[in-house]
Amino acid sequence: MMTKTEGESLQSTALRVREHIIRMSEGGGCFIGASLSCVELMVYCYARVIRNAQPKDPNRDYLFLSKGHDVPALYGTFAEMGFMEASRLGNHLSTADSIYWHPNRNIPGVEFHSGSLGHLPAVASGVALDCKLQRGDNRIVVITGDGELNEGSVWETVLVANAYGLDNLTILVDRNQFQANIRTEELVPLEPLADKFEAFGCSVIRVDGHDFQQLEKAFTEPAVRGKVRVIIADTVRGKGLPSIEARADRWFCSFTAAEVAQLLEELHGNVAASLESETLVVR
Amino acid sequence: MTYEELLIQTALADERIVVMTAENRALVRSAPKVLGNRFIDTGITEQTMVGMAAGFALRGRIPIVHALAPFLTMRAYEFIRTDVGIANLPVKLSGYIPGFLSDGNGPTHQSIEDVAIMRGIPGMEVYAPADEDDGVKMLGHIWSSPSPAYTRINHKKGVYEHAPYRPGHAEIVAQGKDVTLLVYGFLFENAYRTRELLEREGLSAGLVNMRSLKPVDEEAIVRAAVGSARLVTIEDHLQTGGLYSIVAEVLLRRRLTADVVPLSLGERWFRPGLLNQVLETEGFTPEKMTKTILSTINSVSYAK
Repeated sequence: MMTKTEGESLQSTALRVREHIIRMSEGGGCFIGASLSCVELMVYCYARVIRNAQPKDPNRDYLFLSKGHDVPALYGTFAEMGFMEASRLGNHLSTADSIYWHPNRNIPGVEFHSGSLGHLPAVASGVALDCKLQRGDNRIVVITGDGELNEGSVWETVLVANAYGLDNLTILVDRNQFQANIRTEELVPLEPLADKFEAFGCSVIRVDGHDFQQLEKAFTEPAVRGKVRVIIADTVRGKGLPSIEARADRWFCSFTAAEVAQLLEELHGNVAASLESETLVVR
Repeated sequence: MTYEELLIQTALADERIVVMTAENRALVRSAPKVLGNRFIDTGITEQTMVGMAAGFALRGRIPIVHALAPFLTMRAYEFIRTDVGIANLPVKLSGYIPGFLSDGNGPTHQSIEDVAIMRGIPGMEVYAPADEDDGVKMLGHIWSSPSPAYTRINHKKGVYEHAPYRPGHAEIVAQGKDVTLLVYGFLFENAYRTRELLEREGLSAGLVNMRSLKPVDEEAIVRAAVGSARLVTIEDHLQTGGLYSIVAEVLLRRRLTADVVPLSLGERWFRPGLLNQVLETEGFTPEKMTKTILSTINSVSYAK
């Protein structure tokens, strides 16, 4: 069980991660909506699930970020966990560093690069199967988007992972309801999503992905022997910034310094930001 | 020794090796029994298999991965390029029935662009043993190198006894002043017989078994280009991106020029059928290749 103080501490970490994300949306921009939706998922995993991630221990737990465009949330979390200096986030999009729009292993803590969707469930399954062969008790978490579930390779891998009984593998779905530019249910509907994963042989839990207590409950539930665990985390795209929350046109945003200052105010519950930057950038 | 015997022997000697297949068990039949849980069959899932292989390699394993060449190199191409290539992981890809070896399957199964696309991945090594003997001599090196590698598997028995493999070196079977045949993979044997026929016609004909297409033995190509009046590239591959292209790249890089005759597939898939008929129809029997080469030589000298 998570104490009230522990929960509050995670909430304040999440708030700081959101600040990092908002700052990274300036000067070139980032995929801000999908980054803000998964903040609690990342913070929770690195604070309460993943052991010995950094420096990398062979017996560590693994987190794979398959929906790679939410990398500001990952790096923001790394900064808060002490894996990297927060000041390094200021190198965003500098060719002299490796902090670009998708994760890569030049950044301490990143297990594997991503960006092309539907890859890391397979890579994570290879790691999970090897951990089983080595009789390790490692836990392997792979975070996917919901739009990413359009990719057939995800479902192919789920079939194989269950065939090999990978109950050390958790697929954590950031169910923020959006593809890049449109609601999932308006383009390629996913619901009933839990039924789909169950039909593929997984054990499924659905939670509020912004609620640390619910995440704690889902992750501490004992694994169902031989089944991949799927946690569908219902989230809000752009969470924390009402002016961009759940808006189809706020996928990738490049804000001005003035807008970023306003968004930081908005994040802290003050005046709503008045945004003039272009609403849709093709990336 | 067969491919499978070598695979089992190597895997038994090295715990890091896992043998994977996308339900193509033809060359790994005894692996499940001997290797136990180090044999992993993912079913008909080339993408997942390659992604999982990358995961195994991340953990320090050396996955030797099997599937039919077209599905391994094309269905899973982006997984190979993105998961294995970008991370430069020692995943060893064994593609069955490349080129003409898909004989009666039809164009869906014709892997005739695999050399082009696989050598387009930075860091990826590309190999094409001439036959089982050649493969057994090469694969020990291929599997022990730290690089990702794709091998066009040809497990047919040949009649020629190959020299030991020297990494990065082609096998110079014969040198010739009039013409040198450059070949890789399954067509080696027919190229060997073609060379004999050309010699019988009074030509001094050389033969090079390329073995490794990437890294390629540039010196072998240069020596053949300099020491021979003309080169012939022989491959069951599209003309684009295969050996003909490789030779062109090497010659350009060395500021050399040469008469090069490509015996390859043009802009089309080949007519499916029994292997011997395919070779006949496509003009890759020793007799037909000899005829083509002689007519090219004659027309070139005529033009002069």
